[in-house]
Amino acid sequence: MIPASFDYLAPTSLTDALAALAELAEHGDDAKVLAGGQSLLPILRMRLNAPGVVIDLGKIPELQGISADGDTIVIGAMTPYAAVLASEAVSTHAALLSKAVATVADPQIRHRGTVGGALVHADPAGDVGAPVLALDAELVIAEQAGTTRTVAAADFFEDLFTTAVGEDELLTQIRIPKHTGWGAHYEKFVRVSHQWSIVAVAATVRAEGGSIAEARVGLTNMGSTPLRANAVEQALVGQPATEEAVRAACAQAADGTNPPSDLNGGADYRKHLATVLTRRAVLAAAGA
Amino acid sequence: MTITENQAPAHEIGRARRRKEDARLITGRSRYTDSITLPGMLHLAMVRSPFAHATIRSISTEAAKAAPGVVSVVTGADIADIQGVNINAWPITTDQVTPTHLPVAIEHVAFAGEIVAVVVARSEAEARDAVELVDVDYDELPVVLDAREALKDEVLAHPDLGTNKSAFWQLDSAAQGSGGDVDEAIEKARTDGILIEREYRQQRLVPGFMEPRSVVVDPTGDQLTVWSATQVPHILRFAIAATMGIPESKLRVIAPDVGGGFGGKLQTTPEEFATIALARRLGKPCKFTETRSEAFVTGHHGRDQYQKLTMAATTDGMITGFKVELIADLGAYVAIVGGGVPVLGAWMFNGIYKIPAYQFNCTTVLTNKPWVDAYRGAGRPEAAFGIERMMDELAGEVGADPLEIREKNWIKHEEFPFTTVSGMTYDSGNYEAATARAKELFDYDGLRREQAERRERNDPVQLGIGVSTFTEMCGLAPSRILGSLNYGAGGWEHASVRMLATGTVEVVTGISPHGQGHVTGFSQIVADRLGVPFEDVEILHGDTAIAPKGMDTYGSRSLVVGGEAVVRAADKVIEKAKVIAAHLLEASADDIEFSGGRFGVKGTDKGLGIAEIAAATFTGHNLPDGIEPSLDADATFDPVNFSFPHGTHLCAMEVDTETGAATMRKYACVDDVGVIINPLLVEGQVHGGLVQGIAQALWEGAVYDENGTLVTGSFVDYTLPSAADTISFITDTTVSPSTTNSLGTKGVGEAGTIASTPAVVNAIVDALRPMGIHDIEMPCTPERVWRAIQGASSRSVDETQRDAAPHFEADQPNQDPSATTGGAK
Ligand SMILES: Cc1cc2nc3c(=O)[nH]c(=O)nc-3n(C[C@H](O)[C@H](O)[C@H](O)COP(=O)(O)OP(=O)(O)OC[C@H]3O[C@@H](n4cnc5c(N)ncnc54)[C@H](O)[C@@H]3O)c2cc1C
Repeated sequence: MIPASFDYLAPTSLTDALAALAELAEHGDDAKVLAGGQSLLPILRMRLNAPGVVIDLGKIPELQGISADGDTIVIGAMTPYAAVLASEAVSTHAALLSKAVATVADPQIRHRGTVGGALVHADPAGDVGAPVLALDAELVIAEQAGTTRTVAAADFFEDLFTTAVGEDELLTQIRIPKHTGWGAHYEKFVRVSHQWSIVAVAATVRAEGGSIAEARVGLTNMGSTPLRANAVEQALVGQPATEEAVRAACAQAADGTNPPSDLNGGADYRKHLATVLTRRAVLAAAGA
Repeated sequence: MTITENQAPAHEIGRARRRKEDARLITGRSRYTDSITLPGMLHLAMVRSPFAHATIRSISTEAAKAAPGVVSVVTGADIADIQGVNINAWPITTDQVTPTHLPVAIEHVAFAGEIVAVVVARSEAEARDAVELVDVDYDELPVVLDAREALKDEVLAHPDLGTNKSAFWQLDSAAQGSGGDVDEAIEKARTDGILIEREYRQQRLVPGFMEPRSVVVDPTGDQLTVWSATQVPHILRFAIAATMGIPESKLRVIAPDVGGGFGGKLQTTPEEFATIALARRLGKPCKFTETRSEAFVTGHHGRDQYQKLTMAATTDGMITGFKVELIADLGAYVAIVGGGVPVLGAWMFNGIYKIPAYQFNCTTVLTNKPWVDAYRGAGRPEAAFGIERMMDELAGEVGADPLEIREKNWIKHEEFPFTTVSGMTYDSGNYEAATARAKELFDYDGLRREQAERRERNDPVQLGIGVSTFTEMCGLAPSRILGSLNYGAGGWEHASVRMLATGTVEVVTGISPHGQGHVTGFSQIVADRLGVPFEDVEILHGDTAIAPKGMDTYGSRSLVVGGEAVVRAADKVIEKAKVIAAHLLEASADDIEFSGGRFGVKGTDKGLGIAEIAAATFTGHNLPDGIEPSLDADATFDPVNFSFPHGTHLCAMEVDTETGAATMRKYACVDDVGVIINPLLVEGQVHGGLVQGIAQALWEGAVYDENGTLVTGSFVDYTLPSAADTISFITDTTVSPSTTNSLGTKGVGEAGTIASTPAVVNAIVDALRPMGIHDIEMPCTPERVWRAIQGASSRSVDETQRDAAPHFEADQPNQDPSATTGGAK
């Protein structure tokens, strides 16, 4: 498994990276940016894609790290999963993301793969889209040196493997409003442990005196992009965190979804799974 | 037959030694074929057909030839006279239809992945780049992918052959005089007994060895050295000599470190032949290493059978007859023992039971998929699955505990040796003891209670308990039996023991280890036999220049056949040394006793150590007249019978009825593999085997789309488990020494794989049986389980229980191939 040959650039600043992208685009050169390489490299090695230039983002300090900015947790696009998992800021203020990241692949891949790479790759079976969506995150996109725009997660995912990030743009930050004190659970359904989600449900809940005050629910692999189960979120408000009440509220989890049919299950089975897993995720998030 | 407690280690035999080969392997000091780099070596890459069935109109190689670093690009036609042919060593009938299998196809391709051209370049990268420049014009032909479809002969996998049916093979107990007439038994059961008819699917599996296959060929003058990631260096040498016109004496085949095989590396491959042909033509060393993706589409696969089983029994559960009708998918070509693998089931479908009448029928079929051949267990897991699933069905029908039904029918320990209805003589065993121990370790009664409680309270998570016993014929194989089956070789094994001047020992064996730990086990045997330290024994293997005679490693044969050859060679060394010892000690040879590495004179304290005799033999200064100055000895051992390990496996599965997910709760097994040389090695084989068999039940399966493209072509979709997917197994052994070799050992390499698959499926079905569910097709995916539950809840339980023996009804799970999801199989 040897990729077709390509040129390799490793800029050391965001400005240089954007300049290189712009220049290559101008010459009509086909370039791909490299984050952790856990999705890109298999694609290159199986020769499903053969870009002329690969731009490695691994040497750009601005894209690394996790910090707090007031009520927001800021995660650099190049932060590996392992760093997210190790971050107390994330587990305290955006627990749902920690829980989801813990289920991604295996430890080796979590040390290489990045949150930004996963979001831009936008595989509908990927595990970070749903929590980012459920947590109402914002994504910062660098258009060119010095120019950025911020996109709500709800507007970020456009289709299968397609996001708001343009060809010569870069995702730089994931900004997550703090959900301090919210219970969280990511219920991932797989056949073997290292598998991508067949279906998964990201649920985070603010409980008040035994009942659910607010709930956010994101669905993985129930359509071409991560989805929000808005109807379930609304139905849960004010409900006691009991099996019965949650079951009723989650019955509509699969409404409006359009899951794929493949070796791991038909669309009807996935819809069924979504309702069961949503109930389980919400109950776990509510600590019930 | 009595059960001997696992003896305390006398010396080495019985000691849980860690493997001496591991330190090197896990510290990067290994040498796999792909690590071999020779001066001036060229690299091959294969152009492969993307179509499962096509004729080749034309191949344009010009652009590829002009690409950087490319030395040569050849088509099948270009090397037609030197490429040899892939061999089928076991035509199961004299009229077997066997399509010619050229390493590089010339006119016709019969599966997706078949080689149509070969690029040779200075680097692997250049070779692979140039593959994309070879332009092949194909005329696509219709494909036939399913074995049952293929039997209709509507679409032909090889149009020139006129049929897809390769052969039909039958064993009939009435005809061969080993039992009664099965059809009579069936008719009788139909009127006044129990008749159970089932169809099971043994899905196609991909052997997931860790090291992809690789071959390096060095043509030095008229000699040829071949390194290959193979289980069978000796068979490979024979095949090359037989088909490529190279004298066997000019050929050296080396299997260096080999990273697993599971049967998947006992093939002689098109890639090996093509690399040899190119190395000879170009006069340069050549290497080919497959990618993982290539291993998926071109390595041989395992299993792929339809099983139609009919069991006749009395109303109280005594089996009166068993009829087996198999349709075995061979893929596009008959692999080296491809036709024979399903036939091995003939002697194993009767399992450990006394069955009065039996018939085994096997039809082998050609399709447009990769070839099928041995995969861990080879024919025997399929058989154990069939009989053990049927035993649970019989128990369900009678309303008895599945262990009781088995006990009622199995061979009692006092009945050994026992000749079965298929004509095999089982040497030793004790099914009662293994089962009793397994029940205890498993807490069978406790789990049955919990199962009842969960049923009672309608728990969404139901518990199922699966039972499987097994036996297998292994230690391949008595040459005479192979001859009677039309097999193209013998089943003996060879060994040499060489006493070196300094007292250390070189043991040469014709087996070819590739991860099992034979070097450790064999060292233990020789250390005890010769009374030398374990560390002083070196085991040499896997190189036809060092170990010129051998039949290699597969079919759990290495210890029981190869180990016995080593013992016999060592015994000859002792006999030779005795004569010299007597001379040196000035005693009569009759008075010399050998024990613990020392030759002593009876009734005295005089004696000499074996190292001293070795030194004296080396110098040759003082030997008896007419005695050659050598202690070295060879032995070739041809077994008179197979060995028959057995075991009782118990599995508890929790089935989440909401999602269909089946999760293993507990697994206990007690295997009887005869005398144990190294319990750690046995444990390792059992654990690995269990996971491989569990994987067939739950996770693995090769799936093709309607064009014959492998959908599960990588580990993303072919869900091979990892350690994270399994639980801690409870394992134990009982010991009924084999009587067919002097060590008393039986094979263990395939045991876990054979028993675990039916144990898991039986457990899942057991959880669901009250819903009227009798089967889940493998792999038992959550979706399949869920759909079975959905289907069941729309039927009345009462009604289905009375009709517990569906007579091949289309709406039963697993009965109608078109009713299952996941595309063509
Ligand atoms: C065996 C295996 C199992 C896996 N299992 C799972 C799983 O269970 N769940 C799961 O969610 N994921 C899984 N993954 C995928 C893993 O999470 C990847 O790491 C992730 O999808 C991509 O992240 P990356 O950093 O490796 O990105 P890369 O592979 O480097 O890049 C992915 C894509 O994003 C683009 N890109 C990357 N960063 C940026 C940026 N900052 N701006 C613009 N474009 C960018 C690249 O050009 C490329 O197209 C698995 C991967 C493997 C190999």
